[in-house]
Amino acid sequence: MGRLGVAAPRPRPSRQWRLPALAVVVAAGVALLTGGSTSAAPAEDLARQADADLVAEGRALYRTSCVSCHGVDGEGQQTPDGDLRGPSLEQAGPAGAYYQLTTGRMPIGNPNDLPQRKEPAFSPDEIEALLAYVDTLTEGPAVPDVDAEAGDVSRGGELYRLNCQSCHSATGAGGALSYGQAAPPLGPATPTQIGAAVRSGPNPMPRFGPDILSDEELNDIIAYVEYLDQPDDRGGLALGRLGPIPEGFMIWVGGLGVLLVAAFWMGHRRTDAQWVDPVPVDDDPGTRGADAGGNAPLARADDRTTAPGDAGARAGPPDDHAEPPEETP
Amino acid sequence: MAGDRLVTRRVARWMDTRLGSAKFARTALGKVFPDHWSFLIGEIALYSFIVLLLTGVYLTFFFDPSIDEVVYDGSYAPLRGVEMTRAYASSLDISFDVRAGLVMRQIHHWAALLFLAAMVVHLMRVFFTGAFRRPRELNWIIGVTLLILSIFNGFAGYSLLDDQLSGTGLRIAYSITLSIPLAGTWLASLLFGGEFPGPDIINRLYVIHILLLPALIIVLLTAHLGLVVRHKHTQFGGRGRTERNVVGEPVWPRFAFKSIGLLLLTAAVLSALGGLVQINPVWLYGPFEPANVSAASQPDWYMAWLDGALRVFPPWEIRAFGYTIPNPFFPAVLLAGITFMLLYLWPFLEAKFTSDVVEHHLLDRPRNRPVRTSMGAATLAFYVVLSLSASTDVVAVTFGTSVNGVLVSFRIACLVVPPIVALTTYRLCRELQLRDEDAGLAPPERPRIRWELLRIWEWPRRRKQAKLAAARTATVD
Repeated sequence: MGRLGVAAPRPRPSRQWRLPALAVVVAAGVALLTGGSTSAAPAEDLARQADADLVAEGRALYRTSCVSCHGVDGEGQQTPDGDLRGPSLEQAGPAGAYYQLTTGRMPIGNPNDLPQRKEPAFSPDEIEALLAYVDTLTEGPAVPDVDAEAGDVSRGGELYRLNCQSCHSATGAGGALSYGQAAPPLGPATPTQIGAAVRSGPNPMPRFGPDILSDEELNDIIAYVEYLDQPDDRGGLALGRLGPIPEGFMIWVGGLGVLLVAAFWMGHRRTDAQWVDPVPVDDDPGTRGADAGGNAPLARADDRTTAPGDAGARAGPPDDHAEPPEETP
Repeated sequence: MAGDRLVTRRVARWMDTRLGSAKFARTALGKVFPDHWSFLIGEIALYSFIVLLLTGVYLTFFFDPSIDEVVYDGSYAPLRGVEMTRAYASSLDISFDVRAGLVMRQIHHWAALLFLAAMVVHLMRVFFTGAFRRPRELNWIIGVTLLILSIFNGFAGYSLLDDQLSGTGLRIAYSITLSIPLAGTWLASLLFGGEFPGPDIINRLYVIHILLLPALIIVLLTAHLGLVVRHKHTQFGGRGRTERNVVGEPVWPRFAFKSIGLLLLTAAVLSALGGLVQINPVWLYGPFEPANVSAASQPDWYMAWLDGALRVFPPWEIRAFGYTIPNPFFPAVLLAGITFMLLYLWPFLEAKFTSDVVEHHLLDRPRNRPVRTSMGAATLAFYVVLSLSASTDVVAVTFGTSVNGVLVSFRIACLVVPPIVALTTYRLCRELQLRDEDAGLAPPERPRIRWELLRIWEWPRRRKQAKLAAARTATVD
């Protein structure tokens, strides 16, 4: 049953689910035929024969591309120093293989690197063959049949916030995990890839079996993840949906930055004033009056505060206006 | 008088005989305002506060700060049927169903970010030019208080909506409060009305956010501006400018128009941001459930330094006198306490160490006070590094590196960058001074730092000598 849910991997899907839907229909049809009952014996034989060819093709591919890390029987490999070279495929199953192969994460150049999403190295047919072979090696989960359109977005949102956002972030933008690991952004993932990842738990991700998330709940989550890729975005430019850090940069550059330029432009005027030093405080203001460019200082602050009849209006130290020079005797 | 042909003049005269407004207006409009663009920074803060008040009033009409559970049935489909608090549901209504609600919410939030950004730059301007010196120490204290109140009010504001992100912030705030030795548990349950999340916190934050802190801010802002009038404005040195005058243009008409223009520009920039750039899309974050937390949760920028400090601080915990001092206490309570205490005390510390206790109305050029400038720059660098540390996970993902490596790098940068910045700034100040000297400008009069003040073991002896000297002069008299 493992190969049956396989949809052809698409480079970057448009928002249509035709192919997965088709895959689901085909899967359902074949499931009816094969899993129906013992009465459909000839069809079962036929399918088994096709399976055998596919498995043989998959084995050949596995021997050329995967065996060096995952071992002859998918049991995993270690380097001579005892480090992990490639994990056992026992738990991954076709779902794990589907996720890794269709997202281009496997085969990997350097086993020490975090697998990155890239163009798949194998064609869809080759992937199907590999999955069929991996299915004979492991007990792991099959590629799930998913249907994003059957999912309930708001229930999926609740499940997503409970199970997924602690690593992939509330907006599906991805996030950092400890020691160089990372949860990838969910935008590029197809519904089947999401389902395969949930069921198989690739890399640092935990597995969510059907006892934790039922198939309907998986569909709900997938519906919400698909929604997050193109959310109902009110309010304008989304700034990468990374939260308040880009908003902070925006206000400093696009907000205060713009206003500071504006203030500079408004407050700027050609100035012929040269910088001069502060007047020494113990200097007699009267003697500085002459060279103060026409703006002679006023009387001392303490003189003025004690001046009678000033009504307090000018009680404060330096005066507003640069008034004409006083006559000094 | 009553027979005046001009109605406007009659009205003005009627008002004047009752209010005495003409004299006040003449003084106010004739007030001299020195001319420098950096004096407008504080006004940007003032005007974003006005935008905050106006948009905030609009939002209070529609926001419901209740934690009663409701099932959402608004127009945002992906949350329909989800249980949430009324507070969060009304935030969604404001965003999707209230006319102009979302743009008001976004302008309000952008204005809060701008208000604090402008305040910080204004603080930098005042600090680096020495505008806090006598007689303006009191206004400096009011300003720092305004900054603290505004940070708290910003935090209270984004915590109100009860979405996933703000709940995470509240949880951190709760833990920080808990970490205060002895009083922490009491304070936390006092504030939250019990264990986290507590039944009262949203209601209390609402009262704090819309009533208590804004009222305090308005009172202090009035005092802040009143003291500017009382002290007159500072000015940079220049021809004809002395410590005893103010050279500039009168408020009416040029300065008034300039200022109104800045008000309109501030409102325009904020409206543009509110209309065109998304901020805090709470509908994507979902309602707060204490069990949930999202990757890459960060606070608004003005709290980022605190978040960064929590992230980079090593996992130390101390037991003293039978009590455990929990780890968050050091980066979140102690660091913040020292930060703001130093800010409050700076004018007095500087006066003490430079023995410069006379009044100043002329501003310093930052280069002429290299010690102050380099210390300020180093402090700024420290907090910038801390703020950037709040994005360790985003940085790690963006550049495909290990988040642990990024964290350790930021930890080292916190210690290494500030001294480098200080030394560079000091040298730069000296170079600029030398260039001024070469250009024929007189070297500035520079107060010397009295390093002997640092030798505290000499303080008792010095006090004794001072007393003796005072006694001697008294007997001479």
